[in-house]
Amino acid sequence: MAKKLLIVGSGMGGTIVANGVARQIGGLLRTGEVNITVIGNTPMHLYQPGLLYVPFGRIHESELFREQTRVLDRRINFHVDPAKHIDVEKNRVTAQSGRVYDYDYLVIATGSRLMTGVIPGMAEGAHWFYDLEGARKLRTALASFAGGKIVINANAPHKCPVAPLEITFMLYDYLRNRGLLDKTEFTYTYPIGRIHALEPVAHWAKPEFEKLGIKYETFFNTSAIDPQKKEISSEEGVTLPYDLLITIPPHQGSQVIEDSNLGKGGWVPTNRTTLQREGSTNVFVVGDTTNIPISKAGSTAHFEADTVIENLVSIFKEGSWSRLYDGKVYCFVETGMTTGTYVWFNYETPPNPTPPSQMIHWFKLAYNRMYWLSARGLL
Amino acid sequence: MTERITVDARGSFCPGPLMEMIAALKLAKVGDEVEVLSSDKGTAADIPEWVAKVGHTLVDSTAHGGYWSLVVRKAK
Ligand SMILES: Cc1cc2nc3c(=O)[nH]c(=O)nc-3n(C[C@H](O)[C@H](O)[C@H](O)COP(=O)(O)OP(=O)(O)OC[C@H]3O[C@@H](n4cnc5c(N)ncnc54)[C@H](O)[C@@H]3O)c2cc1C
Repeated sequence: MAKKLLIVGSGMGGTIVANGVARQIGGLLRTGEVNITVIGNTPMHLYQPGLLYVPFGRIHESELFREQTRVLDRRINFHVDPAKHIDVEKNRVTAQSGRVYDYDYLVIATGSRLMTGVIPGMAEGAHWFYDLEGARKLRTALASFAGGKIVINANAPHKCPVAPLEITFMLYDYLRNRGLLDKTEFTYTYPIGRIHALEPVAHWAKPEFEKLGIKYETFFNTSAIDPQKKEISSEEGVTLPYDLLITIPPHQGSQVIEDSNLGKGGWVPTNRTTLQREGSTNVFVVGDTTNIPISKAGSTAHFEADTVIENLVSIFKEGSWSRLYDGKVYCFVETGMTTGTYVWFNYETPPNPTPPSQMIHWFKLAYNRMYWLSARGLL
Repeated sequence: MTERITVDARGSFCPGPLMEMIAALKLAKVGDEVEVLSSDKGTAADIPEWVAKVGHTLVDSTAHGGYWSLVVRKAK
């Protein structure tokens, strides 16, 4: 009987795992000893980090998308058939079509979603760029922005921890280029007591903000937004007026995780080094949907996927596995329209960002294009 | 029934223990407790400072060898 690998979620983590395993077990796929199936929500693969550039007209929408069937190795079965229920006891997943997919090994890679509805007034009163529709609306709002109070508001938890700083620095450059800085006041809000989760990044960004005249409110967790009065309030008791509000909404994991009783808030309890779901030996979890307390980022999904690929390949070829994930995260940080920096860390090594440079900005732009090779497992 | 949720944030540089505490409290019910384990000594000061601002209750803060445990009860 063929061994079945099922991957739920065809975003960054799911695609990298599927392609990475397929590339290494060509012989087993050919003989039919193993088959790989991916089920996803959508026929198009979205490169989410590219959304950051949409509001500024720095990327064409067509560059953000590829057909999923072209991103996946052609030996992989792909179905647009969202999972409705994942049964880890019976080793099967029931999908929207009613079809039941059974498996020997399962990879859960269903990512995270924006919860704009949980904060009163957010959906009506705020802009965001974390999905295409939001990024388009923000692009329109920015095009007609003629000065005023901008609030950039980050909420916990969210993916891509560097995005709040990046959008702030890029927005500053964008409005400088449009000659609107003297008519604009920036306030940046952040949930904890400094302006970024990573201490050295916060340490670097604070004097930069002060130099640019960007105000900040720390310990700011949004309680409500009043779209009529154009005010945003925090649980800590602070209210700020705005003309343009750009939010990073709070996130949760996919609905199917809660519906299948696999984790509160859609976060799947996951062993931080083996990446197995707690309580299962044949279920691996990658990317945003784990409950591991590290950054929810594409690079995290990628490094986790590398570990899961090696282990699945070993299982299929040798019947055992031993690779452990070390908590590695690597993030490029745009520090304006023309400069960038990067930061990496793992469970043992603290982050230590390098000074921003134009070269690192170019690397980030280059990576945006190379992503498609990396998702195919060619890089 | 109230619950206690434990988040082991030792070795978590980003998003870090306080952000984990905030995220876990959002999913908790009033009266539930969230315990965060942290290897970052700043947390022992940050979490109580935030809890006081927002009005939850700090139930416990204990230094163990090399890590700290902080327990917060959701008050609203
Ligand atoms: C604006 C922006 C900028 C970013 N910038 C960066 C960056 O510079 N660097 C970086 O490292 N990361 C960045 N990220 C974060 C990165 O994109 C995510 O962390 C990454 O995509 C996570 O991968 P994943 O596979 O866990 O989830 P995703 O890539 O989101 O994939 C999850 C997939 O699962 C699907 N799915 C959900 N539920 C179901 C279901 N029930 N059945 C089937 N399929 C389902 C979803 O539709 C989706 O296709 C950015 C994100 C955004 C939004």
